[in-house]
Amino acid sequence: MAWRGAIVAEPLLILDGLRKHYGGLAVTDGVSLDLRMGEIHAIIGPNGAGKTTLIHQVSGTVAPDAGRVIFGGRDITRLSFPARVRAGLARSFQITSILSGFSALENAALAAQRRHGSSFRFFRAAARDATLNTAGMAALEAVGLAERATMQAGALSHGEKRQLELALALATEPRALLLDEPLAGAGQEETARLIAILRALRDRYAILLVEHDMDAVFALADRVTVLEQGRVLATGTPAAIRADAAVRAAYLGEEEIPC
Amino acid sequence: MMRWSPALLLALLAAAPWLGFSGSYEFTLMARAMVLALAALSLGFLVGGAGLVSLGHAAMLGVGGYAVAILDAHGVTEALLVLPAAVAAAALFALLTGAIAIRTSGVHFIMITLAFGQMAFFTASSLAAYGGDDGYTLYARTEIAGHRLLENRLAFHYLCLALLAGAWLLLRAILASRFGRVLRATRENAQRAEAMGFAPYAYRLAAYAIAGAVAGLAGFLMANATEFVAPSAIAWQRSGELLFMVILGGVGSLPGAILGAAAFVVAEEQLATLTEHWRLIFGPLLILAVIFLPHGLAGRHRG
Repeated sequence: MAWRGAIVAEPLLILDGLRKHYGGLAVTDGVSLDLRMGEIHAIIGPNGAGKTTLIHQVSGTVAPDAGRVIFGGRDITRLSFPARVRAGLARSFQITSILSGFSALENAALAAQRRHGSSFRFFRAAARDATLNTAGMAALEAVGLAERATMQAGALSHGEKRQLELALALATEPRALLLDEPLAGAGQEETARLIAILRALRDRYAILLVEHDMDAVFALADRVTVLEQGRVLATGTPAAIRADAAVRAAYLGEEEIPC
Repeated sequence: MMRWSPALLLALLAAAPWLGFSGSYEFTLMARAMVLALAALSLGFLVGGAGLVSLGHAAMLGVGGYAVAILDAHGVTEALLVLPAAVAAAALFALLTGAIAIRTSGVHFIMITLAFGQMAFFTASSLAAYGGDDGYTLYARTEIAGHRLLENRLAFHYLCLALLAGAWLLLRAILASRFGRVLRATRENAQRAEAMGFAPYAYRLAAYAIAGAVAGLAGFLMANATEFVAPSAIAWQRSGELLFMVILGGVGSLPGAILGAAAFVVAEEQLATLTEHWRLIFGPLLILAVIFLPHGLAGRHRG
């Protein structure tokens, strides 16, 4: 996409001064950042920096103590998690979350169901619903999982489960994706495949990516935000972040930032 | 038993009156089995389909039964009125109590359904106009379009069988539908269902009302089978028995619930002929069944 990197219109997603305390501990301490269409914005930081808690607040699984989440110009801070999904904000989980007893296609078809007609239909068999199956297959194809459609999701390999989880997010027809460590636990080959899939998705979605794999982050991200102890330490292009002295200090003894 | 076919048991029940099981005792026993199977089926739908383990399901049965009794006391005995009233009353009771109960989960859900069940029990006990503690004896079985058809034991037998088979097919179709798929997803992984945009509450509540309606139907048949309705039919022990039938048959299997109920009734009946202390044998038998049949009598078969 020719426009990538240029600032196009309003950001799709804005986090404005999010705060979350657990007891005396500020897990999210005034985080503000934004996410634009066609961008992969990575969030990195040492363990315990509050990355996952931040994703929870954006997706609606944890309510912030203060601050706002603006999505597509609308304040969604008080919307429930499923309501945010319906608004176009899909997410994946750090620990794979799929319907293990369903086939891969049934998983994806169900994820598409909210966009294709009412779910309060009680009689016709969903498995023979062509609309749902077509939408489900499209999502599986987008992550290269079409040939596994009839396989029980629980029997897929770890990497395929991660692919399926991406397909489930895509099948909800979102505008933004919140991906919480999509590469967690993936082997070398699986990682390469997932990175290729994410890269292919970039142009059509806005992607907020939490990831520990620094090679992947610097290969994929258009912008990087570094969190430390619940605060934004720095936001910038991957090159700027690599060069940032404060970031280097925060990571000393923690993880090497590849150059 | 691994691929037990529910059609077989239903076929056996259909043939039974022609195979010598046509005495008063046999008809009574089979009616009892079918009524309990219908109630267990509706609970099996809740437990296996929605993951809602209720310990107050007998109350739904009771509401259906008391609807028959109350209408009978006021001279309304026409099935075209009584049957929809019994079903609707139980569905409404499920909707109202479920609206609160479904906000909780796990042990809390079990306790709150138990509490609602006991409330229904004590309410029934205090209905002095309808027999109170002693229960209420119907003037006669419900009429169908003015005909006293249900007085005919054979007709009543086949009505019970048809409604049981119909309810099984209906609940099976619902589980396979769009709605059922969402419901099964909320049971298997509620977080994932939410991530697909489904708020589980509405689906669970609808399932609870559907189960209530089917249990209300069972209540209608129960009242007619015994021509008697009493608070004991609502007691929490009965809810526990229904839950046991579901587990005995195999959680997640609708035909399993039917099989579990049939096995329960037969075992209870056989043991009672041996000794008056039959519960001392029945209890350990149930424990052994749970230990050695972890997937229930229906095995891994999913209906």
